[in-house]
Amino acid sequence: MEDQGHLLRNMILFARLLRDLGMNVTTTRIIDLVEAAKHVNIGYRKDFRDAVQTILVSRREHLALFHRVFDLFWQAGEKRGSFPELGLLLRRSHQIKEQPALQTHAEDHHLQQVSASDPREAAKIRTYSAQEVLRQKDFAELTPAEREEVKRLMQDMTWEVEQHRTRRTIQGSRGAYLDMRRTLRHNLRQGGEPLLLRWRRRKHRRRPLVVICDISGSMEPYSRLLLQFIFVINSRLQKMEAFVFGTRLMRITRHLKERDVDQALSQVTGAIQDWAGGTRIGEALKNFNYDWARRVLSQGAIVLIISDGWDRGNIQLLEKEMARLQRSCRRLIWLNPLLGSPRYEPLTRGIRTALPYIDDFLPVHNLTSLEQLGKLLERLGEHRPLRRQMRMRFSEVA
Amino acid sequence: MSQEIKSIDQVEEGLRQEHYIADRSLATSIFLSVKLKKPLFLEGEAGVGKTEVAKVLASMLKRKLIRLQCYEGLDVNTAVYEWNYSRQMLQIRLLEASGNIHQESTVQDIFGPEFLLKRPLLQAIDGTEDPAPVLLVDELDRADEEFEAFLLEILSDFQISIPEIGTIKAEEPPIVLITSNRTREIHDALKRRCLYYWIDYPSFEKEHQIILAKVPEAPQHLAGEVVAFVQELRREDLYKRPGVAETLDWVSALVALDQKTLTEEMIEDTLGALLKYQDDLEHTKGPVTQRILSQRAGVRP
Repeated sequence: MEDQGHLLRNMILFARLLRDLGMNVTTTRIIDLVEAAKHVNIGYRKDFRDAVQTILVSRREHLALFHRVFDLFWQAGEKRGSFPELGLLLRRSHQIKEQPALQTHAEDHHLQQVSASDPREAAKIRTYSAQEVLRQKDFAELTPAEREEVKRLMQDMTWEVEQHRTRRTIQGSRGAYLDMRRTLRHNLRQGGEPLLLRWRRRKHRRRPLVVICDISGSMEPYSRLLLQFIFVINSRLQKMEAFVFGTRLMRITRHLKERDVDQALSQVTGAIQDWAGGTRIGEALKNFNYDWARRVLSQGAIVLIISDGWDRGNIQLLEKEMARLQRSCRRLIWLNPLLGSPRYEPLTRGIRTALPYIDDFLPVHNLTSLEQLGKLLERLGEHRPLRRQMRMRFSEVA
Repeated sequence: MSQEIKSIDQVEEGLRQEHYIADRSLATSIFLSVKLKKPLFLEGEAGVGKTEVAKVLASMLKRKLIRLQCYEGLDVNTAVYEWNYSRQMLQIRLLEASGNIHQESTVQDIFGPEFLLKRPLLQAIDGTEDPAPVLLVDELDRADEEFEAFLLEILSDFQISIPEIGTIKAEEPPIVLITSNRTREIHDALKRRCLYYWIDYPSFEKEHQIILAKVPEAPQHLAGEVVAFVQELRREDLYKRPGVAETLDWVSALVALDQKTLTEEMIEDTLGALLKYQDDLEHTKGPVTQRILSQRAGVRP
């Protein structure tokens, strides 16, 4: 058995290692761990591992990683060997943070070239009328310089989401509920006769917003600016979840928590594996419905799907999952960049399948359309959108 | 003092005596939670027996169980304390009638401890229970963030202040269990004060033991078949996979119908005890059921 000082050192080392791997290990927890070691027979490895686990791990997602690191660490410690695989794990977790977004850099580079070759062009677009034109211009047709300008304008936009009544009550000058406590207190001054009534009213809170954005090949001209847009709303709203999908769904909420736009975007781009690949909307939505809906749609959330509806996946599945998604959220808004074109008609298979389950179908191709979306989100109204029970067109054939 | 916990083995044995079949790692977490006086945060899918842990623990330690069911808008009045307004009003009337109503003393009179209605959190720390009770904060994910912040305050030093009376502090902190179905993420600040344990679906052997312990009238053969079916069903692509609670319901249903063995027909008639979504039922009926049944027939003749 190892002597106490040695064990203590190892436990602290181990806790730090977990912290470096991204787990939330605080000093208090390390102190708890040391305390726990007094109560558990550390000679019995499984008990020791369970004890360390219950103290240091607080997310289910981390359990598997913990088990691997635990085995490696305590085994390596016994053998006094080196930790090649641990080093690898650590490097991998750092890579995610450091990996630069190649394409973003390429863009910057291009921009610098443009500004260098023609400084007037860069200056020109900062005037007011140019801004007006820019607001109307389709994201896909922007020059790199304009793109930068649009990014800047996006930063200045304000975002509000409509509030809804919660079940929590707070003091109010009028309201639906009698505040017995304050009423009684207040009226004691008049000898206890309840003459003046005090009230409580429902508290209002912003609805949570969930954005699910398509980043497959056909969305390519839009996806980077749309990610920027998602970053901006995320920094304005406290409660927001963001997902992207191509062939599979990925949650990017945590990546967006970075203060700096470019850092956040480079994290996201680094983590995304299927940029500009195929689209399987049905599969992505199923993934969302099964794994995330229960966790992120609980408080009357508004869902924004951003996609052009080009779908190469299973159409029955798409219909089924759209129906389920609509049932489980307060409002389902579909943003389609193609809708900006006057000639566009929703003819693709994907869009035609999804359309009956969408509450609002809006364009998202230029700044003006984003502003319109902003206005809609601010006043969605107290009532649910009118929805009709309908028979599924595809799924019932089976 | 009643039962004192001394070792993991003792917790394990205690759980077994209460017919709660669990992994040793859960016993370890419970043991440490009691020893370190930290709340135990239990997460897991619905129906894996999170709430049951608290009940069993209370009965094992011969302590009172105090349960607080969470919901949106849960506030101090329902979670901690409330004044008994009708009694207060009556008291005022009485004082008026007897003609000795003086403002200061009246206030002191009617905001005294005898007019206080204690709600679960206050009951858990006010020291009227000896030994300290087991406090179960059930389905915390259903409450809103305001309540979470409030709970955090109480859990950090086990004291509550009531303006009219003063601060009430637990001499011996209760054993606290918090459960969550993960319908939303609980704030890190709260988790930081707790030990964490994820309850998974049980293995075949565990679930079999659970059935035999909880539904003793079930024939052994049927229990085995049911568990094999459910375990296999959990691997299917379902919106909501059945929990242990559903397995128990199903076995009870089959026992009530006098079944000795599983047949496809009987499964289809009673599947509603196991699966609660139309899509999942559709998915399971027919080919999937047949496949699972035949697989099992292959493995265990």
